[in-house]
Amino acid sequence: MADEPRNVIVVGGGPAGLTAAIYAARANLEPLVIEGFAAGGQLMTTTDVENYPGFPDGVQGPELMQMFRAQATRFGAEVLTVDATKLDLSRRPFTVWTGEGEHTARAIILSTGASAKWLGIESETRLRGFGVSSCATCDGFFFKDKEMVVVGGGDTAMEEALFLTRMASKVTVVHRRDEFRASQIMAQRVLDNPAIDVRWNAVVDEVLGERAVEGVQVRDVRTDELEVIPAAAMFVAIGHTPNTDLLTGQVALDEAGYVLTDGTRTNVEGVFACGDVQDTVYRQAITAAGSGCEAAIDAERWLEEVAHEATAAAAAV
Amino acid sequence: MTHDSAKDEAMATIELTADNFQAQVLENEKPVMVDFWAEWCGPCRMIAPVIDEIARERGEQIVVGKLDVDAHGAIAQRYNVQGIPFVALFEHGELARHAVGAMPKAQLEQALGLS
Repeated sequence: MADEPRNVIVVGGGPAGLTAAIYAARANLEPLVIEGFAAGGQLMTTTDVENYPGFPDGVQGPELMQMFRAQATRFGAEVLTVDATKLDLSRRPFTVWTGEGEHTARAIILSTGASAKWLGIESETRLRGFGVSSCATCDGFFFKDKEMVVVGGGDTAMEEALFLTRMASKVTVVHRRDEFRASQIMAQRVLDNPAIDVRWNAVVDEVLGERAVEGVQVRDVRTDELEVIPAAAMFVAIGHTPNTDLLTGQVALDEAGYVLTDGTRTNVEGVFACGDVQDTVYRQAITAAGSGCEAAIDAERWLEEVAHEATAAAAAV
Repeated sequence: MTHDSAKDEAMATIELTADNFQAQVLENEKPVMVDFWAEWCGPCRMIAPVIDEIARERGEQIVVGKLDVDAHGAIAQRYNVQGIPFVALFEHGELARHAVGAMPKAQLEQALGLS
């Protein structure tokens, strides 16, 4: 059986969800955060975060998330490290199921974030863990003094390529366009680095190797020519996809699966969304945190309105 | 949620090293789940609570151990571990099944044939 409904349940424990929890906790809403197995979100797999204000010398991603979490719990947020497995947003109070039970709340804040995308080719799937990876900081270690390929053109790809130069004999960035969409400073660092080559206008055709990566076969998007880049590892950093499997049929999503929001309000009254799960533009830790703050304030105001209406209705009887 | 602390103690995960790997994993009568991890690996931290939970729940049937690939690289190399977290299930001294990357508990159990 579910307990008494809470004021707010926050689903997801990255920068957006934990900031929402800090604000909701300080508003005495006693939020429950279901942070899930991917607690901390994408920052858990980053090393140096150089663009989060307040840390002039940078901060480690996991360390930053630890601080967010400590700040949320300090003000009374309760954090569960279990996955939300099902939601019912069709009636109030809303219900969230985890492997261990169910929880109900008057308002819900969705902050389930996004996950790294894969290319989706057979050889990539087969060689995952054997040279194909989405985490340079985790797996670069296994390929010391070997050649490595990074696929992608955004900030994450730049960061991975730069990080890998510490151990690789050579890094090749494969990008499908003729310019990076990464921030200027990151793109310039890559272009200026003598240990990094860039293969422009190319997409991965196949990852070569039976039990381990031996090379990456790329196809030129203009000429269709195939070329093999020798490499012992391929790191995929081609962007992210929103974690909205749980939300399908519950709230309105756009074609790519992002939660549609007006401010932080979803199409379901009392359900708010923040962070990467609804952000198709910025996707930064600081913007996620900012929208988490907005979601908590919006939820708080909405709860007040509903309570006020209920009181007024009762008084009118 | 409360746990019997004495029981938790008995079900704790074993820290595996080059010295005890043979006895604890390869010569163990029970199946052994080994979490290959490293300090600097974020997804390894993500999956750690899942590993601990499996150890608590299935401690009667399986042994659960953790191996730091940074400290014991030779063992990781022997099993061709090139991506972590790498969770392997050993049966009668052989690596029977494995899973790479952080994933929810149900998915990990399925990959290792535990469910």
